[in-house]
Amino acid sequence: MENLKRTPLFEEHVRLGAKMVPFGGWEMPVWYTSLKDEHHTVRNNVGIFDVSHMGEIDIKGKDALKFVNYLITNNVEKIKPEEIVYSPMLNENGGIIDDLLAYKYSDEHVLLVVNASNIEKDYNWIVKQAENFDVEVKNISDITAQIAIQGPKAEEMLQEISGVDLKKISYYNFTEGRINGIYCLVSRTGYTGEDGFEIYFDKEAALPMWRKLIELLPKYDGKPAGLGARDTLRLEATYLLYGNDMTDDITPFEAGLKWAVDMEKDFIGKEILLKEKETGIRRRLKGIEMLERGIPRHGYKVFVGNEEVGFITSGTVSPTLDKPIALAMLNKPYYKKDTEVEVEIRGKRVKAKVIKTPFYRGSVKTRK
Amino acid sequence: MKMKKFTKTHEWVEVEGKNATIGITAHAAEELGDVTFVELPEEGKEVKKGEALCAVESVKSASDVYSPVSGKVIEVNTELDASPEIINEDAEGKGWIVKLELSDESELDDLLTEEEYKNSL
Repeated sequence: MENLKRTPLFEEHVRLGAKMVPFGGWEMPVWYTSLKDEHHTVRNNVGIFDVSHMGEIDIKGKDALKFVNYLITNNVEKIKPEEIVYSPMLNENGGIIDDLLAYKYSDEHVLLVVNASNIEKDYNWIVKQAENFDVEVKNISDITAQIAIQGPKAEEMLQEISGVDLKKISYYNFTEGRINGIYCLVSRTGYTGEDGFEIYFDKEAALPMWRKLIELLPKYDGKPAGLGARDTLRLEATYLLYGNDMTDDITPFEAGLKWAVDMEKDFIGKEILLKEKETGIRRRLKGIEMLERGIPRHGYKVFVGNEEVGFITSGTVSPTLDKPIALAMLNKPYYKKDTEVEVEIRGKRVKAKVIKTPFYRGSVKTRK
Repeated sequence: MKMKKFTKTHEWVEVEGKNATIGITAHAAEELGDVTFVELPEEGKEVKKGEALCAVESVKSASDVYSPVSGKVIEVNTELDASPEIINEDAEGKGWIVKLELSDESELDDLLTEEEYKNSL
């Protein structure tokens, strides 16, 4: 595993016996003891994830708000300070460069949280786009640690060490304050479908923060959880994964992210989306359910009769539902609900059908 | 007399007379994580040494199981249909996958001994 980056908690994961794997250029824990067990722990109690590999790009300056609104499809002008939006960021062709969270501190300061594997690509793109704006773009990924605390017991557990009243933070809001005595940005966000928090702080404080949380977990029947559980949890909740369900040549309409696109304002890639709106999309990301045995995986082809009509973008056995679930990018008109399709699994065609998503709804508060 | 051999691709084979019982190694099961599905071959299927015999899926990935020897499938472990997690619990015992009737015993000579396999990990 050469040239892989490590988070400040690498040694802690190894000490806990985690199986470490390469993930988007990082060496990360995929599970500690059992993916399924960690998955259920997050659904029923609470789990903590080291997500320090995620990227943080700070946008400051007079034009910060105007610039971010031009950069991403969702609208940061419409939200108040201490609120967050989820948004795709598009290239000129309307393809998704990345999906991110935009934390609005003020009209002159917005923090973007981006995917680990895209940090450099995003940063270069953002700097290039910033030329005509009065903003300063700073990549603070290397000095920032992040831990996600997720599950129905997340609030109760984190409150024990939080100087901030967590009840006052509503879904997709954030505040600043001390947790375990460490200065943090704390938001009610996450990518598991469960209620929970993501906390950001100086990487020097990663060790005392992680160890304190590990110490608290047993009281709440909680556990550290790896990226394996994070993936099955997010898929059940139908949260998309960059690189699988979204790429540079998939538009947000195709990915089913219309709700995160504000067509009333200007943004990079809008012209293509306007055209797409006029002509209709040619394909759409949809959930499928297997009608016969087999597990659809990323990249498997989807057929109707002899016609190849799409491909699987993410698939697994859902630990909560105890059955295979998958997302597939399907060509028009085969993405309609109840359409019967076949997935090619190791040379065999296996029957499946298009269903409504999400596959599972957890304790997460409803989106505004 | 029973003889147990291993492949570099993490399968084991235990031979008694003409019958070969095949599974994945405990090490492989641990690497895969929670096994969720075993795609068993049909009885009567003829396989060649090194060919994909079946597939084992974990929550995270799908992996082919390669046949350590050539032969005909004479029995499959149907318990794995209902309880694929047996592979995690006892990969080299109750978690066996298929039994083959060996067609060429000399193929066993190319396989690894337990010690050689363990050293290769």
